[in-house]
Amino acid sequence: MSLEMFTQHLFNALALGALYGLIAIGYTMVYGILRLINFAHGDIFMLGAYLVFFTTIAFMPAWVAALLLGLTLLAFYSTFVGFGKKPPMWFWIPMAFSICMTGFYAFVAPMDFTPPWVLAAAFAIVVTSAIGITVDRVAYRPLRNAPRISALISAIGVSFFIESAAVVVFSGLPRPVRQPDILVQPIIFSLESITGNAESLVRVTPLAIIVPIISVVLILGLLWVIYRTKPGLAMRAISKDIETTRLMGVSVNKVIALTFGLGSALAAAAGIMWSLRYPQIFPYMGMMPGLKAFIAAVFGGIGSVQGAMIGGLMLGFMEIFIVAFFPELSGYRDAFAFILLIIILLWKPTGLMGEKLKEKI
Amino acid sequence: MSLRTFFATAFLALFVVASGAIAAEPIKIGVYLPLTGQNAFGGQLELDGIKLAHAERPTVLGSQVELVIVDNKSDKVEAANAVTRLTARDKVLGIIGTYGSSLAMAGGEVAEKAKTPVIGTSCTNPLVTTGKNYYFRACYIDPYQGAGGATYAIKNLGFKRAAILKDVSNDYAVGLAKFFSDSFKKQGGEIVDNINYNSGDQDFTPQLTQIISNKPDVLFIPAYFAEGAIIMKQARELGATFRIMGGDAMDNPDVVNIGGAAVEGFIITAFPYAASMPNMNPQARQFTEAYSKLYPGKEPNMNSALGYTCYMMFIDALERAGKADSEAVTAALNNVKDLPTVFGPLTLNSAHDAEMAIGIIEIRNGQRQYVGEVTPEM
Repeated sequence: MSLEMFTQHLFNALALGALYGLIAIGYTMVYGILRLINFAHGDIFMLGAYLVFFTTIAFMPAWVAALLLGLTLLAFYSTFVGFGKKPPMWFWIPMAFSICMTGFYAFVAPMDFTPPWVLAAAFAIVVTSAIGITVDRVAYRPLRNAPRISALISAIGVSFFIESAAVVVFSGLPRPVRQPDILVQPIIFSLESITGNAESLVRVTPLAIIVPIISVVLILGLLWVIYRTKPGLAMRAISKDIETTRLMGVSVNKVIALTFGLGSALAAAAGIMWSLRYPQIFPYMGMMPGLKAFIAAVFGGIGSVQGAMIGGLMLGFMEIFIVAFFPELSGYRDAFAFILLIIILLWKPTGLMGEKLKEKI
Repeated sequence: MSLRTFFATAFLALFVVASGAIAAEPIKIGVYLPLTGQNAFGGQLELDGIKLAHAERPTVLGSQVELVIVDNKSDKVEAANAVTRLTARDKVLGIIGTYGSSLAMAGGEVAEKAKTPVIGTSCTNPLVTTGKNYYFRACYIDPYQGAGGATYAIKNLGFKRAAILKDVSNDYAVGLAKFFSDSFKKQGGEIVDNINYNSGDQDFTPQLTQIISNKPDVLFIPAYFAEGAIIMKQARELGATFRIMGGDAMDNPDVVNIGGAAVEGFIITAFPYAASMPNMNPQARQFTEAYSKLYPGKEPNMNSALGYTCYMMFIDALERAGKADSEAVTAALNNVKDLPTVFGPLTLNSAHDAEMAIGIIEIRNGQRQYVGEVTPEM
């Protein structure tokens, strides 16, 4: 294999792996705290992609946007504040954002207005994290003290519900996603100085560089939340012992809701980047990436944020390089991902960076 | 006329009217198509065509025709279930469907046992009708189409080196890729790469990097159009300069919407109908006009034309059979010769496949252009 091909594969793998890693973090966070595999995570990922699509490419009517934002506010408010209490300072940030957006949509924006891409992405992330919180409130919180298998089955139910609802609402047809030109116009590197061949060109779409960078930034932010803030401290405490934490006066349900909110926001971010890299969205688009990310999370050690990212990158590299070195096996790369899962579960069930636990699902 | 003769005649007339009323119970024709899931685009287009034909010919033999439409969800198991439902519960006279050879094979087994005639819309794999007494189709088959693509690449475009990228879990893709490759090699070309992917894959970069390094003249992708457009997009991003060719499943207006500039110059072997085609026959002109009237703003494509043709074939078979009976209709379908259709005179051969020329469509300036027809070197 020539150097330029190898480099090309390397960049392809980096972009794919970073996306897997980003989705895997959502699985790993929820698992670390609740010991629950949130199978609806892949579908939350799909919703993130669809929300951006409907706000930028297809025009979303003002009243739909306003309704979504109203529901978002309701979810945030009822979860983190509770009715009849004075909201804390930090609550005003998403609140102000939502109110401004609603007002803008309803009164200022002309009828055919489509918001700039960045604004639409922010909108999608906020709404998606509210959906994540709602899923927790509706499907998981009532089962908090039930056997773990009940919550798992509830998660599968939520996953099917979101997929089917998406087929009804968005229709089953795949839709094209418009990619901003700046993100896809390839940058061409020449490796002539190394190989001495003028045809040694490596083409990298800016996305393949931006995606890993955004992933790293988001992970650093997440690690900061987990290790340097009070809610993060509470999260870590809950993951050790939920009952004792509750006795210490921590509002466990709020912290768990925050976990779902953060995890879903990351899923939405991944969904948006995924739909930019593979510009086509459909209601079942979250299934395969969701499963792959789950493998990545187990590989990295489920419960560990760094592990999820490393697991995602390893899986991305494995998938790309299996095809690169053994083109005749290229049709079976999903099979390799699942074989990897089985091998890990047999050989090192706690994954690369996972803590020792007695129980596994 | 004596009184007795009058009464006898009146009684007879009453009897005829009464029996006519009983026969006027609607004739049910089932439709099973992928209306959701991976192949939904194609299924929806074919359904458009069937509905258009139904609107044009709502009655036959003095009875209303009723369409029973079932979604097979682009899934083999659901396809078999859909046919079971149509034959066992709705007791349809005949069935139209489906887009997707894998789905048609699953459905065909059930229809065969229920002895219900089926006309396939765009299921082009030979196995769909092989050994079946009740499965027919309005389309040609993949060996013919694959050879057509290879012939066009070698004879008209002068290509020597071809690469193939196919979905290894899809019967249509595997079949078409094999027939293209066989014919291409037979005519003196070389297949430099034959690589696979799996249904549902979104990332084709490693395969494409490999193919680009082998410098083919043409890449053949027997894909469905949604993933085909993504493949072309990724290929161009990775710096591919070769031409790309695809099969009939790629002929869809949305190829351009998804692929944008990346699909420029893409060549499709297709059924000999396109809205942009010069010198249309009267059926094609009639279809194009009626379609534009019923679905304003939508461009008629060959999938809709296939759906339309399937329905018209049933109407023709019913008229020739003279009664609404599955066996009689099957017998009539076994004997279709020079039926005037959108695709020109249509004849079903002994394998129940339609015989017609292969149309070549090329995407130029974001528009699908009908560039001509080719007769494959088998």
